[in-house]
Order: sequence, then structure tokens, then C-alpha cells
Amino acid sequence: MRSIATLLVSATLLLTGVTAVFAQADDITIAVALEPPALDPTAGAAEAIDIVTYQNIFEGLTRIDRDGSVQPGLASDWTISDDGLSYVFSLREDVVFHDGSTFDADDVAFTFERILADDSTNAQKSLYEVIEAVEVEDPQTVRFTLAQPSGRFLFDIGRGDAVIVASESAENNATLPIGTGPYAFVQWDRGSRVILERFDSYWGDRPPLARATIQFIGDTATLINALLAGEVDGTNNMAAEALEVFANNPEFQVLVGTTEGEVVLATNNRIEPFSDLKVRQAMAHAIDRDALIEGVTYGYSAPIGSHFAPHHPFYVDLTQTYPYDLERARTLLAEAGYEDGFSATLKLPPVGYARQSGQILASQFAEIGITLELINVEWAQWLEDVLTNHDYDLSIVAHVEPFDIGIYADPDYYFGYDNADFRELIETLNTTTDDAERRTLAEEAQRILAEDAVNGYLFELAQTGVWRAGLEGMWQDSPIEGLVLRDLRWSE
Amino acid sequence: MPGIAIRRIAGFVATLLVAALVVFVLLDLLPGDPARFILGINASAEAVASLRTQMGFDAPAWQRFGDWLWGMLQGDFGISYTQGAPVAELIAERIWVTLPLAGVAMVISVAVGLPLGIAAARRRGRPADTALMVLAQIGIAIPNFWFGLLLALVFAVMLGWLPTGGFIPWQEDPVSAARSLVLPGLALALPQAAILARVMRTALVEVSGQDFIRTAEAKGMTRGEALWRHGVRNALLPVITILGLQFAFLISGVIIVENVFYLPGLGRLVLAAILERDLVLVRGITMVLIVAVTATMLLTDLLYTLVDPRVRTGGRP
Repeated sequence: MRSIATLLVSATLLLTGVTAVFAQADDITIAVALEPPALDPTAGAAEAIDIVTYQNIFEGLTRIDRDGSVQPGLASDWTISDDGLSYVFSLREDVVFHDGSTFDADDVAFTFERILADDSTNAQKSLYEVIEAVEVEDPQTVRFTLAQPSGRFLFDIGRGDAVIVASESAENNATLPIGTGPYAFVQWDRGSRVILERFDSYWGDRPPLARATIQFIGDTATLINALLAGEVDGTNNMAAEALEVFANNPEFQVLVGTTEGEVVLATNNRIEPFSDLKVRQAMAHAIDRDALIEGVTYGYSAPIGSHFAPHHPFYVDLTQTYPYDLERARTLLAEAGYEDGFSATLKLPPVGYARQSGQILASQFAEIGITLELINVEWAQWLEDVLTNHDYDLSIVAHVEPFDIGIYADPDYYFGYDNADFRELIETLNTTTDDAERRTLAEEAQRILAEDAVNGYLFELAQTGVWRAGLEGMWQDSPIEGLVLRDLRWSE
Repeated sequence: MPGIAIRRIAGFVATLLVAALVVFVLLDLLPGDPARFILGINASAEAVASLRTQMGFDAPAWQRFGDWLWGMLQGDFGISYTQGAPVAELIAERIWVTLPLAGVAMVISVAVGLPLGIAAARRRGRPADTALMVLAQIGIAIPNFWFGLLLALVFAVMLGWLPTGGFIPWQEDPVSAARSLVLPGLALALPQAAILARVMRTALVEVSGQDFIRTAEAKGMTRGEALWRHGVRNALLPVITILGLQFAFLISGVIIVENVFYLPGLGRLVLAAILERDLVLVRGITMVLIVAVTATMLLTDLLYTLVDPRVRTGGRP
């Protein structure tokens, strides 16, 4: 009798278990913190747009892979002229947009004309201004002519800002996105979720999951509940303080990697005392990165010594350029004429990492006599005061664009870093196409910034994924903004 | 009666006009360029300027205020510049989450609060009364976002009876839509119910000392009957006042609770709009909320005159 009961129970368990697996087998619900304001990645900078659309709904001529490398996308291959000014792309055949219209060279020309138009609102328009002409040679071939050689052109056209759109549908992409990607847009319940479905006429490999729901949950405690209750299968970005909840739970896997977000102590190089290299060096010596990272991100972030992402192949570890050394810091301050230290303001935007880093840095700087007054500002005010009007001493912010070391070549940018040699170096880097040469130049650029201590280089924002056990194919690092669904699958 | 009603309605309209002006001026004074906001910190000044023009920021302030007021009178609240959709449409979509949620919370708070208040008043001074009022005090003190998380932990994570949050649109699945509102409704209702219970009890206790209750008891009614037949109606006036005020609290509570339960209502919309500096959208929602709250106040005022004849006659017997 008892054995029959056991049998029944195990049968029930088996059945419910089996249904659970079936229910999971080809769909997924992923929680992300921010809802995108619109769904057109070519007309807004919000990361949330790329999270939903990049490489899922929309694709570019090239695509950025999980290691940051450039792979063929809608262009199956390309040839580059010897002078580096002319790129001829062969486009894939059999590519259709989600509305059934075919993709050809005209769509490529349209896309780039739209980006470069006078009334364009593409957030990264300046990246594409190097393009002088886009010519359609035949429906499967398109030629780009550049004003000068560009070492990053192939990467830039693989970004979300340059995904290929069709002239028939581009206007409505903000609310009804039509791309060529492996997933087609189904519906957007504003304030709640976006639903995507596998696109059956996709030109490439068929993605394993048939349906993906991106659910917007901003509150961490709520997100934890939703994961524990099984309503959500994972998230790409869990608050660091909550990772412990899942690290020891066999039903989940925690995946910690790096992003393109360099968290820097932005320093106004235009004004006293920060225009003095010795002061900046003293500050660099006074930063205890390990304590900072432990305090702000529970140890889940990688330290940086310059403005470069640690997962990038060109990365050099420069964290020991000015090692944590209070004696040295005090000496340098004294040499600069600030034996008794000085006071400065630190404007902090409303993000956890900035506010917490601010408090810890204030106590670290107090050790060498620098008194920081912490001023919390909203984003709008940060943009106005710090970014636009340069009305600040110090600030903390993450720069999340990939390969953005070039921002230091603009003396009008809010850092106020004016170094002609560095500008020339970046100019050369931008126009160099040879990979080995680019590496040398990029390494040199990182070194100059580290030695000049332009900003305080703190840490790289971590990507902290929490996923249900059995899910495979997630990106551990995030070399570009996005949440790529194509490889996700449930293990057998 | 007509005189009072007209005065009240005129006051209502004047309040709305002043509120519109304040809302417009405050949001216009806010620092931060919405165009820069949308395009991010690496965008060129040229792209930002181009977007500013497209968003119609070049007109003088008084003209934009006039256009806005005139538009609203015709039901046109403008176009949200982050979402590219008409504000009226966005609000109309979300209101079908927020209104039912506020309604559920209101019903629960009345259904729980009033009987508890009456029960406590009838047992005045006895242990049951003390226990109920201690509970009510705790209910008032608990923040609703925390209570919401607790409810989700118990009823969703542990018991699995209800979802932790989210919302399936009504037209897709009305049953799960309704289920999604249960926990947030409870979280919102608890402090309101506690306040109502206290007010109801105090009002009844006060009324029970009045002559007409003594008279009713002298005529042979039990204390309970006397309170029920004569006391409750007389005690309703302060309760209605509180209910009117509570609507405003409910609206602010909704903003928090919607975020805890990730419901796509007005509260989440306005929070996102503020964070993204979508001034047109913030303005529109704020006005809708102001209209809702002031209209409730107006309704409360008018209800007085129905419940209590003395208000109509200005206090003369």
C-alpha cells in the first residue's frame, strides 16, 4: 500500500516536473531594471533600448560578439582598399525584414543617410561623420567611402546606433520596431514588458528559444521575490548586495563579468588645484581601490588604472601606476603647496555606485587632508552643471560607451584635459587600421592617461547576472550594450 | 444649497488654474535639458539642438503655457517626448491599472476599517477595544512598500497563491489581471483601514455620549441597537472627510506600491517620466492627479450636504 502511495507521489512529481521542463523548454522571462522610452536604437542613447533590441530585433552590417570582437552581420564579408578609405561590403542574400520586405543595399544606404541627415537625432552621429559616401553598387554590394582611414569603423557600424532599418518602417520603429534579427517584436505592454518571438524566416541559425519576455522590474527586493517565486528566469544586472542570496542557491547560477562602464572620479583639470599634476597624483595615491570595491560592489568589480575596459584585448593593467600610499600622497600634496590639504566639492549623480563611492572616497581623502563636500544631484542637474557648464570640482560617473578613450582628446569635454600629444595619438589611433599598431597606440594612450592621473580611475562596473540553473548561452561580459538572446537555451 | 454648490465649483476651477500654473512654472524651471537627457553624454551639441527644435522648446514660455492649457481643454495633453505617443493615450492606458487598484484598496479599507471601528466602539475600554486600537496603530505605522514586499514574500514566494507582481492586460486575461491587484490592493489598504477604524471608533464614542443615544436607550433599545440605528449615521461625517483625504494618500501610495509590484499604472509612468525628464508627460499626469484629488474633495463637500442637513442650512436647526 505504502509503495503504491510512493509510486503515485513520484509519478505526480515526475509529471509536474516534466511539465515544468516543457514549460521552460522554449521560452524565457528576463527581468531588466529600466524600461526603454522607445524601441529605436538609432534615435536615443538609453541603454535600455539596446537591451531589448540590439542583435535581437535589429542587426547591423557587422555585429559585436561576446568577447568584443567584430563578426560579420548582415554583411557576409568585406574588402578594404589599401589606403583604408574604401570598404566594399557583400550583403547576405535571403535576408528579410520582419514585415516580409527584403533587405538589400538600398536599405543600407537609407540607414546611413538617415544617421547623417541634418535633422538626425542619432546619439552617436559623430562616430559616423567619417563616412563621406555610401554607394549602392548592386543590390548585394555596397561601397563606403571614408574621409580618412578609421581603425574603429567596423566596430562602430556594429553598434546599436547603426543597425539597418528599412525606409518603409523606420519612422515607426520607436513603437513598432521592424528589423532583420532572429527575434521579431510582438507586443509592448508599456510599463510592464516587451514580448519577442523567434522569427521563422531568419537568415541565420535558428535560435533555440521560441519566445522571450523582457519584464521591467526596478525594485531589487521585488526582483528577488520574482526570481524566487519562479516568475522570472533571470536578470542581467542584480544589485551586488543581493548576489549572496543566489550564490548559494542550487536553483540559480550567478555570472559575474565586466561591462564597458569605467567608473571614474571625474576631475576638473581646468581649475586649481586640480590643474596641478602633483595634486592629481596625490589623489591617485590616496585611493584605496580594494576597500572602495569591497564597500561599493561587495568585491564584484575589477579595479582599473586607466580609462579602458579590462576585458578588451588591448587592455593594460595600470592599477599600480600610483599605488595606494598615503605617505607619498602627503609628500606630493606638500610639494604642490597644499601641506594642509584643501576642500573641494564632489557632485554625485543619483546612482548607487556614485553615491557610495563618494562617501568612501571622502573618508579616504580625509586621510591626506582633502575635505570633500558631497553634493547629491539629479541626472538633469548633473548634465547641466557638470557635463555642460563644467561647474564642478569632482564628480563620480561611469562612462559606458565601448572604446571611448577618445573623449580625452576633446579639450572642451568636461574633464578639461588639454594635451596636444594625446590628441595626436588618438588621431593616429583613429586612422590606423592595422591591429598590432592599434594595440601599441591604445596601450600608449592608456599609459598617458594613467600617468597624467587625469581622473581618478576607480573600477569597471560589473555585469552581475543571476540566471535559473539550466540556462545556457548567456554573455558573461558585456562588451557592448545589449542582452543578446540568440544563444540562450535550456539544457536537457 | 445651489449657492454653496456654485461657490464650491468655482473654487474647484480656480484651484485647477492655479495648480496648472504652478505645475508649469515649476517644471519649466527645473534644470536639465530634456534633449541632452534623451541623447546621453556622448552626443554632439548639434544633435541635441536638432532634437530641441523638434520638441518645440524654442517658443517663449507664456506661449507654451497657453498652448498647453488650450490643448488640455480639448483633451490634448501633448506628445510625450521620450515615448513619442500622445500623453492622453498613455494616461488612458495606465489608468485602467491605477483606478481599479485604488478602487480595490478603497473597498478593502472601508470593508475592514469601518466594522473594526464600530466593534471597538461597542467594546469601549475592554481588552478587545485596546487590542484593536493597538493593531490599528501598528497598521498606520507600517510603510506600505514594506508591507507589500512582505505580502509578496508570504503569498507569492512561499505559498505561491498569487503573483509577486506584473500585470497581464485586462483584455488578454481578466482573471489574472484581477489576481495581480489583490496583493498591492491589500498593501495599500492596510494603513487606510487602520486610520478609518480609529476615526470611526472615536466618532462613535463621541456620538454615544449624546442625548439622542440616551433617549433611544431609554426607549428600550440596547446600546448596540442605538449605536447602529442612530449613532453610525451621525458619526459618518468625520469618516467621509477622512475618506476624501485618503484618496490623495492612496494616489501617492499607488506610486510606491506600483513600483513594488511592477504594475504598469500611472504611478510607474510618472516616476519614469520624472527620471527621464519627460516634462510634457509629468505635467499631464500631475494635472490628471490634481483633478482627481480636487474633484474628490469637491464630491466630499457636496456629500456632506446630503448626509448632514445642518451643512445645507449653515448650522441652523
